[in-house]
Amino acid sequence: MTHEPCRNATRHLLGLEGISSDKITSLLDLAEYYAQMDCRTTSSRDVLRGRTLINLFFEDSTRTRTSFEIAGKRLGADVINMSVPQSSINKGETLLDTAATLNAMHTDLLVVRHSQSGVPTLLAKKVDASVINAGDGLHEHPTQALLDGLTIRHYLGTLAGLTVAICGDIAHSRVARSNIYLLTTMGSHVRLIAPPTLLPNTFRQMGVDIYHHMDEGVKDVDVIMMLRLQRERMSTGLVPSAREYFRFFGLDHRRLNLARKNALVMHPGPMNRGIEIESSVADSDQSVIQKQVEMGVAVRMAVLDDLTRGKDIP
Amino acid sequence: MSLLLFENVHLVDPSSDLNQRGRLLVCKNRIAGIDTRLDEAVPDGATIINGNGAVLCPGLVDMRVEIGEPGYEYRETIASAARAASAGGITTIAVMPTCRPAIDNPALVRMLRTRGEETGAITILPYGALTKNCEGKELTEIGLLHQAGAIAFTDGIHAIDPAQLMYLALSYASGFNALIVQHPEDPSLAKAGCVTSSVLATRLGLPSIPAAAETIMIARDIRLAELTGGRLHFGHVSTGEGVELIRQAKARGLPITCDTAPHYFDLNENSIGDFRTYAKFSPPLRSEQDRLALCTALADGTIDAIASDHIPRDADDKRVPFTQAATGGTGMVTLLSITLTRVHDGTLTLPQAIALLTHKPASLLGIQAGSLTIGSHADLCLFLPKQNWIVHSGCLPGRAQNTPFDRRSLEGQVIGTWKAGRCVYKTDAFV
Repeated sequence: MTHEPCRNATRHLLGLEGISSDKITSLLDLAEYYAQMDCRTTSSRDVLRGRTLINLFFEDSTRTRTSFEIAGKRLGADVINMSVPQSSINKGETLLDTAATLNAMHTDLLVVRHSQSGVPTLLAKKVDASVINAGDGLHEHPTQALLDGLTIRHYLGTLAGLTVAICGDIAHSRVARSNIYLLTTMGSHVRLIAPPTLLPNTFRQMGVDIYHHMDEGVKDVDVIMMLRLQRERMSTGLVPSAREYFRFFGLDHRRLNLARKNALVMHPGPMNRGIEIESSVADSDQSVIQKQVEMGVAVRMAVLDDLTRGKDIP
Repeated sequence: MSLLLFENVHLVDPSSDLNQRGRLLVCKNRIAGIDTRLDEAVPDGATIINGNGAVLCPGLVDMRVEIGEPGYEYRETIASAARAASAGGITTIAVMPTCRPAIDNPALVRMLRTRGEETGAITILPYGALTKNCEGKELTEIGLLHQAGAIAFTDGIHAIDPAQLMYLALSYASGFNALIVQHPEDPSLAKAGCVTSSVLATRLGLPSIPAAAETIMIARDIRLAELTGGRLHFGHVSTGEGVELIRQAKARGLPITCDTAPHYFDLNENSIGDFRTYAKFSPPLRSEQDRLALCTALADGTIDAIASDHIPRDADDKRVPFTQAATGGTGMVTLLSITLTRVHDGTLTLPQAIALLTHKPASLLGIQAGSLTIGSHADLCLFLPKQNWIVHSGCLPGRAQNTPFDRRSLEGQVIGTWKAGRCVYKTDAFV
C-alpha cells in the first residue's frame, strides 16, 4: 500500500511529495525567469496587484519570512507579516480559530510556518486562500528544496543524473525530506549521510542510499548539501559531542576533495561553523550558499505567481 | 637471533583445528614454525624447552577483567594484575572502564594501552565507557574512543537501564560497527538484592534478585539490537532462561553474543553457605539448575566465551555484613583450571574449552590474538591438564586475594606463559 499525499497540487503548495517532474520543471523555469529579471529596470508589480499575502509564522524565521516578503512585494502584493509564536496561542485561541479569523479577512495567499508537522495541510482544509508551506515541523519545506534545485541547475545545467549527498541531521530535517522528493523525482541520485541516531533505516525506502561514513558518502558526488546540527541533538544524547560530530560528519577540505572536482557546497542556513562545516569551506569558491539565498526570492516569486495564475481576485 | 623450540608438547589451537603432538618454533617475538611431523632437526642455536607432554595453546584472551588502576590501586595495580594474568596463562585482557576516573575519554584509552605494553606481559584492551563517567545518562564520544582503541563499550556492572538510552547506544555505535556489552540485569529488580531469589535467600533473610532480572533485560535488549542493527554482547550471563533467549536470537541470525565466568558454571548459590562474602557476585550465583543450563550452553556454542570476570577487592571490601559487602572475585589465576574441570567431567572437549578462552573471544572482539598462526606474536600458554594444585587465598600471584575458590583442589595447572616470545611466568616444577 502506498502513501498517497492528499493535496490539491494546483491550489496549494504543501510539499513536494508526489509533485510531478513537469510541474517542478515549470516552477524552476518560471523561477529562472524571475532570477534573470532585473527588478530595478523591469516591473513585475502587476502580477499580484490587489492580492493579499499573509506571512503566518508560528516559529522564528528570518530568511524565509523576509524572502517571502520581498517576493510578494516585488510582485505587487499587499504583504502582512504575522508572527504568532506567542500572541494568540497564549490567549488560548486554537489553530483553527486563527484560520477562521484569517479567512474572514479574504486572504489570497497564506504562507505558513509551524513547529508541528501537518499544520499547513490542516489549515489548507479550512481556508479559501492558497496555502504555501514555509516549513512544518520535520515534514516539508518545499520552497527551500525548489531553491536548492534551482541553484544546482544554475551551476550544473541539470538535475538529472547528478549525485547529491545530503549530510547531517536528516531525521529532524524538513529540508532533507523536501529535497529527497525533488531530487529523486528529477532523476538525481541521492545519498544521505549521518550517524544512525540521526538517520533511521526507514529512509532507505525513499529511493536513496544511506551512508554512516562520510568519506564513503561524499566520494565522487556532484553536490554536498550540509544540514544544520542543532545543539539540542547533543543535550538529548543523539550525538555525544560537537567535536565528535565534526570529526566524523563535518565538511572539511579533505572530505570536500573526495567529491567531484568543483562539487557544489550548499547549506540551507543558518550555519554552525566548526560543527557541521569548516569555516573556510563555507567561504570557499565551491560554496554556493549565498546564491541559494538569492535564488530563494526568485523561487518564491515563481510559487506565488503560479498559485494565483488564472484565479480571479475575489 | 633468539630461537625458542618447544619440544614434546601437545599443540592445541582450535582456530586451526590443531590438536596433536608437535613442536613449535619461536623466532624473536613471533611464531616461526609449527611441526607436527616430529622432525628431529633442531635449528642452530635454538633454546629447547621440553614440555614433557604438556599442552601448548595460544595465550588466553580474557575479555572481562577489572583492574584497580587507575583509582583503586590498593586493590590491584596494572603490574599486579599482569602477574595474576601471567600465572593464569593469560596474555591479553580486556579491561572494564569502571575505574576512577572512568575510561570515557580517548586519552585514558591510549594511556591504558600503553601501560599494558609497558608491563611486557599483557596486552591491555580497554573497554570504553558507554556513558559519561559510567553514570548511565549521556553517551560518550564512541567514535573518538573507538578510534583511540577502545575495544567495545560498556558501563561494567552498571546496566544500561532506560530502553531509550540502550536504543540510542546500539544505534549510534552501529555507525562505527562498535560492540556494546551489557550487564544484563534490570536495576529496578536487582536493587538492594545481593543473592539469587530462592528458598536459601529466604532462610538466610537476605534481599534477593530474581533470575527474571536478567531475562527481562536480555529479552528487551535483543529486541533493541534487532531494531537498530547494532552489535550486542551480554557479559557474564548467569541464568538458564537467559541463555535460552540468546540461543533463540542466534537461531534467528541476530549478531548477539555472550560470555560467562567460571563461578557461574562451577559454583551455585549454596557457595554463599554461612554468609560467605567471597561468594557474593553481581549477578549473584544462581541455582544448580541454572549452572547446568550454562554448562549445556557452553557445550552447544550458545556461550561464545569464558571470561574470568576478575574483580579485585580489598579484604575490607569483603569483611563486612553480607548485604554491605562488595561484589566480585578474582579469577585470572584460576580461569583455565576451573574451565578444565568441565573438560574432566566430560562437558567440554579440550579444544572446545581452549576455543572459549582464546580465539572465540578474540574474534568477537575483532583482535589478532588467540591462535597459533605462523607470523603472529608468540603469546603462549603451557599447562599440564592433570596436575593437581590447591588454591590458597593469600598466596595467589597478584595483589587481590578475594577468590571464591579458596582451598579448592584443582586439576590442571599453568606451568609457563610467554608474551611475544618472552617467558613471563613459570612454575618451579617446570624446568
